[in-house]
Amino acid sequence: MSRNKIIPGVDSRLLIKDAGRLMPDPMRRNFLRGAASLGALTMLTGCDIIDGPTAENVLRKISEFNDGVQAAIFQQNKLAPTYKEGDITRPFPFNAYYSEDEAPVVDPNTWKLEISGLVENKKPWTLDELHALPEVSQITRLVCVEGWSVIGSWQGAVLSDFLKRIGADTRAKYVWFKCAEGYTNTIDMPTALHPQTQMTFKFDNKLLPRAYGFPMRIRMPTKLGFKQPKYVVAMEVTNTDKGGYWEDQGYNWFSGL
Amino acid sequence: MTDGATTAEAMGERRPARTIHPAWVRICHWINAIAILMMIGSGWQIYNASPLFDFVFPSEISLGGWLAGALLWHFAAMWLLVVNGIVYVALGIVTGRFRRKLLPITPRDLAADTKAALTFKLLHDDLSHYNAIQKLLYVGIILTGIVIVLSGVSIWKPVQVQELTAFFGGYDTARYVHFCAMATIVAFLVIHVTLALIVPRSLRAIVVGK
Repeated sequence: MSRNKIIPGVDSRLLIKDAGRLMPDPMRRNFLRGAASLGALTMLTGCDIIDGPTAENVLRKISEFNDGVQAAIFQQNKLAPTYKEGDITRPFPFNAYYSEDEAPVVDPNTWKLEISGLVENKKPWTLDELHALPEVSQITRLVCVEGWSVIGSWQGAVLSDFLKRIGADTRAKYVWFKCAEGYTNTIDMPTALHPQTQMTFKFDNKLLPRAYGFPMRIRMPTKLGFKQPKYVVAMEVTNTDKGGYWEDQGYNWFSGL
Repeated sequence: MTDGATTAEAMGERRPARTIHPAWVRICHWINAIAILMMIGSGWQIYNASPLFDFVFPSEISLGGWLAGALLWHFAAMWLLVVNGIVYVALGIVTGRFRRKLLPITPRDLAADTKAALTFKLLHDDLSHYNAIQKLLYVGIILTGIVIVLSGVSIWKPVQVQELTAFFGGYDTARYVHFCAMATIVAFLVIHVTLALIVPRSLRAIVVGK
């Protein structure tokens, strides 16, 4: 399948996009604008009523409207379909905005999960402590924003149980994650409390390998792949939307499935 | 300067050219034309991020510049397409236009009109009347429109509407359904636009109504 061309690395367009990220901020904005106005030009050749920035602004507003629509149709107790052992995609792809040999190497002996924000107990958690939490398992589909999908098997602790355990204010709007490679992501509280949202420590019943986010990833079968943090180092319960790595570049914020 | 009475008379004289497409049909048609072009253009760009077949669409004819841009266009234009589509189908049913214009389609008419078309004898003298091939194509494209929207929703929300996704054969298969519906619409567009250009009066009718 032609999908193989895509999974090992990153879509070439995303790669260019990523190069754009390395640019200083004002330049980056122009870069984004360039992409949007290219679209506007394709659509409205010879027409300058809708220029790039205006079109981009309108599109962003509609994307925010779509966040609201998605939050409204999100059913907190509707479970994502689960699959059988034999349905698991093997080999399961590595996928990130960097190559596999650039993936973070985390020392499990010094790693701690930092907790902050609207939480009663902010004590950092060691990996051993987290591994001692009650384990659940899921075989679910991971859907990439690019369109392809894979089925994987993940084991770990239910995030909503953990949030209750640390005394998190679950009336807060968001949970924010920070990761070892610099990736960040903000998710809505209803998704954080979804019964299948998991703090994942194992893939296919084996300790999470480096490629899949060791020592901990967040698995949400109700969100697109790009919203799922790997190599998590910190978690914050907050009422402030701190955005996220991909969302800040123009991907839809909610990106629910 | 002509006085009012003369103008009214003059207009009255021209009245025999009756309305072929009422205003709501023309408005819905052109909104749909814009929406579907935005959906197809951005859809091609989205397709390119993870092609189903051994080809990609040239970026010159796709919309959005890159995947995130294309997704913004796609999920914006979808509202235009769906809201306009619902208005069009509702009015088509309520006003009886669909029943009058598109039904019935009998195999006999279809055979006769196909034969006439293939021998270049199919006439377009009365634009307010659709021949059996037109009826079939228009009914077909409305149904394809429904399929492309529903399959699109099923790959957008494969958890929330998982029953619908399952109806389309699951997430991966639904992507192919969505693609095939797009290909059907593009094929229709090629025929539709070509025929409109061959019979320019039809183009005038969908712009000014007569």
